[in-house]
Amino acid sequence: MTLTAPAKPSSGKKHAAPAQPVKRQRIDATYFGFLVPALICFTIAIAVPAIMGIFFSFTDSVGFGDYNIIGLANYAALFTDPAIIGAYSFTIGFALVTVVLTNALAFLLAVGLTAQIRARVALRTIFVMPMVISGIVIAYVFNFLFSNTLPTVGEHLGIEVLKSSLLSNPDLAWLSIVIVTAWQAIPSAMLIYIAGLMAIPYDLYEASSLDGASAIGQLMHVTLPLIVGYIGINVIIGFKNFLGAYDIIVGLTNGGPGVKTRSIAMTIFTGFERGDYAYQMANATVFFIISLIIALLQLRLTNKGQAK
Amino acid sequence: MSLSLQQRLNKRSRSRVGRERTNWWATGILGICALAVLAPLFVTVSMAFKSAKQAVDGKAFSLPKPFSIEGFTAAWNLVNFPRAFTISLVITLVAVLGAVLVASMASYAIHRNWSKRFYRFSFYYLLGAMFLPFPVLALSQVKLTGLFGLDNPAGVAILHVMFGLSFNVLLFTSFLRGLPGELEESARIDGASNWTTYWRIIFPLLAPMSATVAIFAFLSSWNDFMMPSLIIAEQADQTLPVVQQLFQTQFSNNYHVSFASYLMAMAPSVVAYLFTQRWVMSGLTQGAVKS
Repeated sequence: MTLTAPAKPSSGKKHAAPAQPVKRQRIDATYFGFLVPALICFTIAIAVPAIMGIFFSFTDSVGFGDYNIIGLANYAALFTDPAIIGAYSFTIGFALVTVVLTNALAFLLAVGLTAQIRARVALRTIFVMPMVISGIVIAYVFNFLFSNTLPTVGEHLGIEVLKSSLLSNPDLAWLSIVIVTAWQAIPSAMLIYIAGLMAIPYDLYEASSLDGASAIGQLMHVTLPLIVGYIGINVIIGFKNFLGAYDIIVGLTNGGPGVKTRSIAMTIFTGFERGDYAYQMANATVFFIISLIIALLQLRLTNKGQAK
Repeated sequence: MSLSLQQRLNKRSRSRVGRERTNWWATGILGICALAVLAPLFVTVSMAFKSAKQAVDGKAFSLPKPFSIEGFTAAWNLVNFPRAFTISLVITLVAVLGAVLVASMASYAIHRNWSKRFYRFSFYYLLGAMFLPFPVLALSQVKLTGLFGLDNPAGVAILHVMFGLSFNVLLFTSFLRGLPGELEESARIDGASNWTTYWRIIFPLLAPMSATVAIFAFLSSWNDFMMPSLIIAEQADQTLPVVQQLFQTQFSNNYHVSFASYLMAMAPSVVAYLFTQRWVMSGLTQGAVKS
């Protein structure tokens, strides 16, 4: 694979270098020392596991002992496995809903925080706070709120749906995951939107208000078109992160009720438990391909944004 | 970044003075939204300070009466807080130092030798991993760390550094490209070695980017749950976020104990953030925009 290719020129260059010192730059051990140890660690920690994963996805290995190469059988099985299809559709659906919610709220907060308000620094400090808190710990806190406090509120208000824990409701448990994930993901999206809003020249607002544009009109016709690149970046980054959802789900529903809220990452990790090692490697490879496609989209968007 | 942001805000408020007054509607709505952020944190603090007797009723928003720290003493011993805290702290310190030093050194070597094919290849090689999420590699990494005897906090710290390397090298190399070459040249004319040039000239110049890298490395390492829970084999060596799992299986009705424990797990990063708020904000914005 292309991943391993650079290792070869390295050794070649090392030996060849003294033969061609005339080429203005002398070979320097310091630079080698700066880079090569990092490259070696990186290869062992990242590249080797990646190649191992892809290789074992074509085998029937259970994680240890002998194995046979079975070609694409694991992949073929993946596409008809209800557990896998369930996890992918749950995760993608959850990610879409969360992306929309997170970005809508983050954008509105950013607009608010850049408006002429009081206590700006204090408010911004509060809004960024979820970003520094551990996902699993805050999920445990929300777990308590969803399973104890919310049902009490439901009793008082006589709302039937809320009377039992949201987390054990097969139809609504996903909503709790959306809420907590958005709670934690809003700050970083908000910071990006604030940066975007700051980059809009103020003259545009002055000119449009001279032309009689209302505040809403300015938002729709001045702010939104100019910030559309930032929306694209936020949507892609968010979607990519939400597809990898794990901590918050573990803290809230742990995949339940049943396997209703099991994410892709959680299915991959079942490869440890049930001798599905090679099978889940195939699952991980599919997940990687999806992540890669999204990442390429992100790169295209970022480059477009810079070109403007 | 933060400066221009701040300047702009100041400028904008000045230009608006006299024409537009404080937007109280926006202030009010944002204040209410801030409550949504603070509510779970308030519940955490108030539950943590309740006595066992009061905590049993499970009323989230009632204030502790009487004020009690029995939850903390119980949680301290139950999860062996000092041990979990120390392990988390050491992993995070190694991850932060590693992120800054390894990535900046590698980036400097790549930047200085861009004309050589090996360094160019290395750059793209490192970058290639930017899109690899941990779950994709997890199964193989668990196997390998077990093989190398690194199924412990040291292994997690190394993996944290390596996972951040791609993105951090990208940040550092783009920052290096924007630096003026004169300082470095004059150092070389004075006979400074490569190492001296890096350590005395380049590394200090990289400080703003190092801060951004360090903040992100701190947050992702300190708050990580997925990697330590899978990599660290010995339950006694688990990190602070992972040991909180204890309260989901046992002691699940001792809310004051579990919340005291959650609070102790959250507090370090929140307090650190509040004290370095201004400085962190610029780093977060910069990192967020670049990613």
